[in-house]
Amino acid sequence: MRIVAEHLSCIYNAKSPFAVKALDDVSLTVEEGEFFGIIGHTGSGKSTFVQHLNGLLRLPSSLKRGKKKDDTVLTVGEFDLTSKKTDFRALRKRVGMVFQYPENQLFAETVFDDVAFGYKNFAEKKPEQGELETAVREAIEVVGLDYGAVKDASPFDLSGGQKRRVAIAGVIVTKPEILVLDEPAAGLDPLGKREVMSLLHKLRESWCKTVVVVSHDMDEIAENCTRVAVFTEGKVKYVLPPAELFKRTEELTELGLDVPLTAKLVLALKKRGVTIDCDYTQEDFIRKVLARRGEKC
Amino acid sequence: MKALEYRDVAFSYGEESAFRMEHLNFSVEEGEFLAVLGHNGSGKSTLARLANGLLTPDGGEISVFGTPLTEKNLFEIRKQVGVVFQNPDSQAVASIVEDDVAFGAENVGLAREEIGKRIDFALRAVGMEEYRTATISRLSGGQKQRVAIAGVLALKPKLMILDESTAMLDPRGRREIVEVVKRLNEEEGITVLLITHFMEEALLCSRAVVMNRGEIVMQDTPEGIFKRGEELITYNLALPRIGEICKKLRAGGMDVRDALDVNTLAEEICKCVS
Amino acid sequence: MLKDVSFGQYYPVKSFVHNLDPRLKILFLIGYIVAIFLAKEFLALGLCAAVLLFAILFARIPFGKVMRAVKGILFLVLFTAVINVFFHSGDAVYWDGPAVLWEWKIFHVTQAGIVFSAFLILRLFLLVICSSLLTYTTTPVSLTDGIESLLTPLKWIRFPVHELALIMSIALRFIPILMDETDRIMNAQKARGANLDSGGPAKRVKAIVPVLIPLLLSAFRRADELGDAMDARCYSGGKNRTKYKKLRFSWRDLLAFVLLAALIAGVVVMRFYPVFPL
Repeated sequence: MRIVAEHLSCIYNAKSPFAVKALDDVSLTVEEGEFFGIIGHTGSGKSTFVQHLNGLLRLPSSLKRGKKKDDTVLTVGEFDLTSKKTDFRALRKRVGMVFQYPENQLFAETVFDDVAFGYKNFAEKKPEQGELETAVREAIEVVGLDYGAVKDASPFDLSGGQKRRVAIAGVIVTKPEILVLDEPAAGLDPLGKREVMSLLHKLRESWCKTVVVVSHDMDEIAENCTRVAVFTEGKVKYVLPPAELFKRTEELTELGLDVPLTAKLVLALKKRGVTIDCDYTQEDFIRKVLARRGEKC
Repeated sequence: MKALEYRDVAFSYGEESAFRMEHLNFSVEEGEFLAVLGHNGSGKSTLARLANGLLTPDGGEISVFGTPLTEKNLFEIRKQVGVVFQNPDSQAVASIVEDDVAFGAENVGLAREEIGKRIDFALRAVGMEEYRTATISRLSGGQKQRVAIAGVLALKPKLMILDESTAMLDPRGRREIVEVVKRLNEEEGITVLLITHFMEEALLCSRAVVMNRGEIVMQDTPEGIFKRGEELITYNLALPRIGEICKKLRAGGMDVRDALDVNTLAEEICKCVS
Repeated sequence: MLKDVSFGQYYPVKSFVHNLDPRLKILFLIGYIVAIFLAKEFLALGLCAAVLLFAILFARIPFGKVMRAVKGILFLVLFTAVINVFFHSGDAVYWDGPAVLWEWKIFHVTQAGIVFSAFLILRLFLLVICSSLLTYTTTPVSLTDGIESLLTPLKWIRFPVHELALIMSIALRFIPILMDETDRIMNAQKARGANLDSGGPAKRVKAIVPVLIPLLLSAFRRADELGDAMDARCYSGGKNRTKYKKLRFSWRDLLAFVLLAALIAGVVVMRFYPVFPL
């Protein structure tokens, strides 16, 4: 499924003194199979944008938007999200959404029940026990937990990192084609962060075709993403592959955004007369630097 | 003088909990800017909560600026030890910035004029003077935490503990907080205990300790700690990325020395290439 | 997201009325309500209306906004008015024609009934507009401050004024946070296919569990965290505690007070020496 947004705008508290333009004429396309990154400050509109992708935030009907030629387009695969007739449940089954701090949505008595929640909700008819068990087992195992050990445990007794995995399992249990995650690694310790990122990698290879991830961690963005969109004040500033985007280190810094360590090093080396042309992944950077070795020592 | 001293402290959260702290011995010098590192559940927060009596040790003694912490002097100790917590959304009592900053000062019964002065001072120290009458719920995460710091500063503490106060912030918010705290340490002479799991933040500190399972397992300068990368990994921590790159370059045969900031590493690399 | 419940209906502009002391505004509202109920004739009520109109102009609240407050109770007002039209009896004559216009069994429409209903409608409208003017021009925070200050004398009878004020202030602070949280959790469960808006009552109650449990857990967690943060800032109840914010009356308040006093005096005078009695 392809995501296409054109001229998408969104205003909170319209017509009140507190009106905030959260999205301002956003146009971007995410191809099937991408590992798409979205970066920007808190309040830049990234979370608002991703919440449109499964219809949690709806576009006001075209009547309300004014009859003047309205060119807003928002489609996800065959779903037209500007239409009222769209079957949003069917859409949500195929577009999984992991919110910030997803462990806060756990509620069931056992891990099994919590993960099964989404599967049961989206099933056409009541799933058979065997089918349900297989789905839940697969989801729990793919996020790296031991099914036998956790399935009957209370989700509230698990560690922070484990809770987050259970929450992610509860979203991917329906095998969505697109998985959207809003800062999936926020608040975890360094090891937890790395585990979550490698989990996303694994999921894209074996589970969900497309992954869209909102993140502040530029190093992870540089390591993993096929393309990156930069949001500032509700607008999309750039949509580029990381190798291109982080060439603009100075522009990004001016926007107050971080860049990956590799980009900082490339810039510092450039100032010292050493040009390294890499794609900003750690591996490529090291390879390119090592290739220059021996010229002096 | 020791700002904070733990002598043989033991603590547990009850029989069922797997966490145990036994014979913790550890001290913080006055004026120090100390980082406490450790994975989630290593006991970092317990350390903070013991220091101002939010938790009571099962054994041993905790002293603050030479005074042993007891049930009776809890109030006096809390004036000296300010704690800023993790969640920017659940620390403020009032809706308006100045009202919240005033809260602590009101609690200890200061005179009105003095409270006004303290608010001026605290908001200036965290760079939020323009937001004096702003509504807290409309501020960014970093700004909310700066207000929380100001609320603690209004009590003029001599020791300030930041209990993962940056964990829920975005990079910009984290930078704001670390800069403010660093300045407080340098200009106001406040002793700072920065509890964090962002390795990069530890680089700004004069000393760092690593906790694991309720024990202090490493104590050194940040540089010293990051040299022992293998050991860090056994405590479920990761090297800062820059350390990782140094290590990999060396593994590839490039003779770079350990560097903890971008410019030093760039210099090191320049020495090895033309 | 970004819903500002903490502001309630507050309309953020700078105006004479916004700047009044909240205590005075609360007292003004009470005084005004008394005046409305003391008023026994249209002229007195007209006087009240004039004062209110004056206040709205000085508060710089758009007229549409004021009318919106009335819209909420329109049904209630009309309902009471209709009942009164049909049941109020009296033989007073206000214009040429019979005193009783229409009669059927226990229902009767009289001239007195129509006039009385009109009087009632006006009275209720004034009441609602004046109350909403208070919430339009005063933030919940200063309202709380005002209430606390007005209740202070009750400390003498050991009424926990400080605790009550603190509870109100914390509630104000946490309502928007918990609303946001509710929104977030509902969205998260909807994204997992939860059906929160349809089905019978039993089904809906069941559907709310996945929202309610995380919300309660989060509220308890926050309460815990807030408790720690308050302890860490030396909170130990209202004893020996000082207060930074002192409300102070200014010339504006004096002016408003004089206006109110004049209004009440006028209405009282008219009560004893009616000009156009009903």
